[in-house]
Amino acid sequence: MTFMHYFRAFNGIVWRELLRFLQQRERLLAALVRPLIWLIIFAAGFRAALGISIIPPYETYITYDVYITPGLLAMIQLFQGMQSSLSMVYDREMGSMRVLLTTPLPRWFLLVSRLFAGVLVSLAQVYTFLLVAWLCGVELPVWGYLVALPALVLTGMMFGALGMLLSSTIKQLENFAGIMNFVIFPMFFASSALYPLWKMREGSLILYEVCLYNPFTWAVELIRFSFYLKMNWEALGVVVGCTLVFLALSVWAYDPSRGIQQRKVAAPA
Amino acid sequence: MQKEAPSDGSGRVPVLSVKDVSYWYGSKRALDDVSFDVYPGRLTALLGPNGAGKTTLFSLITRLFDAPTGRIEIDGRSAAEWGFKALGPLGVVFQQPTLDLDLTVRQNLRYFASLRGLRRKEADERMDRALDALDMRERIDEKVRSLNGGHRRRVEIARALLHSPKLLLLDEPTIGLDVPTRTAIVQHIHALARTENIGVLWATHLFDEIEPNDDLLVLDRGRIVARGEAKAVVAETGAEDLGGAFKLLIGSDAEEDVAV
Repeated sequence: MTFMHYFRAFNGIVWRELLRFLQQRERLLAALVRPLIWLIIFAAGFRAALGISIIPPYETYITYDVYITPGLLAMIQLFQGMQSSLSMVYDREMGSMRVLLTTPLPRWFLLVSRLFAGVLVSLAQVYTFLLVAWLCGVELPVWGYLVALPALVLTGMMFGALGMLLSSTIKQLENFAGIMNFVIFPMFFASSALYPLWKMREGSLILYEVCLYNPFTWAVELIRFSFYLKMNWEALGVVVGCTLVFLALSVWAYDPSRGIQQRKVAAPA
Repeated sequence: MQKEAPSDGSGRVPVLSVKDVSYWYGSKRALDDVSFDVYPGRLTALLGPNGAGKTTLFSLITRLFDAPTGRIEIDGRSAAEWGFKALGPLGVVFQQPTLDLDLTVRQNLRYFASLRGLRRKEADERMDRALDALDMRERIDEKVRSLNGGHRRRVEIARALLHSPKLLLLDEPTIGLDVPTRTAIVQHIHALARTENIGVLWATHLFDEIEPNDDLLVLDRGRIVARGEAKAVVAETGAEDLGGAFKLLIGSDAEEDVAV
């Protein structure tokens, strides 16, 4: 197995995912409509009701729609992570996952390539959303659009790895919608996406603690800080740590010798 | 170091060697001490009723599962020791269709070629040759979804051959196809084994897909109950044909699951 073999296989996996994404225009539309509804309707309603005090990384008062934008970007990536996971379950049911898994390359490499392909798709969605948001008057620091890119890659990897882990545990396509709702909505609402954590603490100490243990919170904060050219080291640590844990568990689950993917127990002779 | 694979005494070296492989699903034994070899240029038919363990065996050879006992060698490389690298010489057509329905034939084949590390130009040339041989060249830019079952199978066979495998595994590839398509595919694979010197393991439960000179393994309830050239197996049982031999070998299961 040469370097070029790895390179071509990686290209092939990414190319296939992008091709499938481009063929499903409604997927892009759905990915945009969901956060736009939050941004245009929800944020407009709450702008008057909720004031955001000056908290890091902000140095001036900001409008509510600016505040929730990082959370909406994370939401897009979380949905894409779940979509990717759905696609893996679908591929498994349709059989095309077998083609990937019988490739003479390490399984971790195949899974990471697949994960990275999903991240690229999520970035396309995120930057399209940012463009539409900018047209709607939501302006973030200009350099932030560039500086936030590595943070968005990391958060995309974390959500993709989470989706991959879920896909290894889901036995049937029919079960997927329930699992998605069970994961997406609690993660989104119990986080700093819609309200700052100090506001959450005023409302409920328990909920505040839940938000602190939610990786989504840290993904949102990593994106938020990076847009203002600042680093939140705590958020970076949690996102990198969670990505590694989710990815390691996924690779373990898809390993032919011991993973839950095998789903069958081989007794000793 | 790659080990020299054992020969059968006649100097032939197997391209697939399965030795003492057993497998359980929980407490249910799916494969029981299975051993056999597949040789280059030969088609080995794996004949057995539904539930005999054919698909489990294929999953072990392709490393979708790891074999907990026994040894599987592909072109002299042990799957347990070489891991994913042992899959290099392998081409597979699974029982379940595995093409991406929303991609074209060309896109499906290019995707597979990239997974096998082929250069674009080389992949396109091989693609044209493989599709030509299966009369599918003119369908190359059609979406797989628009193809019928027989054509999809042909594309899967073309895909399995793109990287010039030494061993071709086909798990009941003609299921659900009409007789002319079945016949064409069976003839093509037989010819391919001879002309390209590929070892073929063909799982089936259809007697008419097996030629008298093919190597035959009869699998029943996870055990190999007969092996040898198909005509020799028939002769040993004293039956008139393969169908009769099969009934004698596995009893009532034959009538339920296996057809001519």
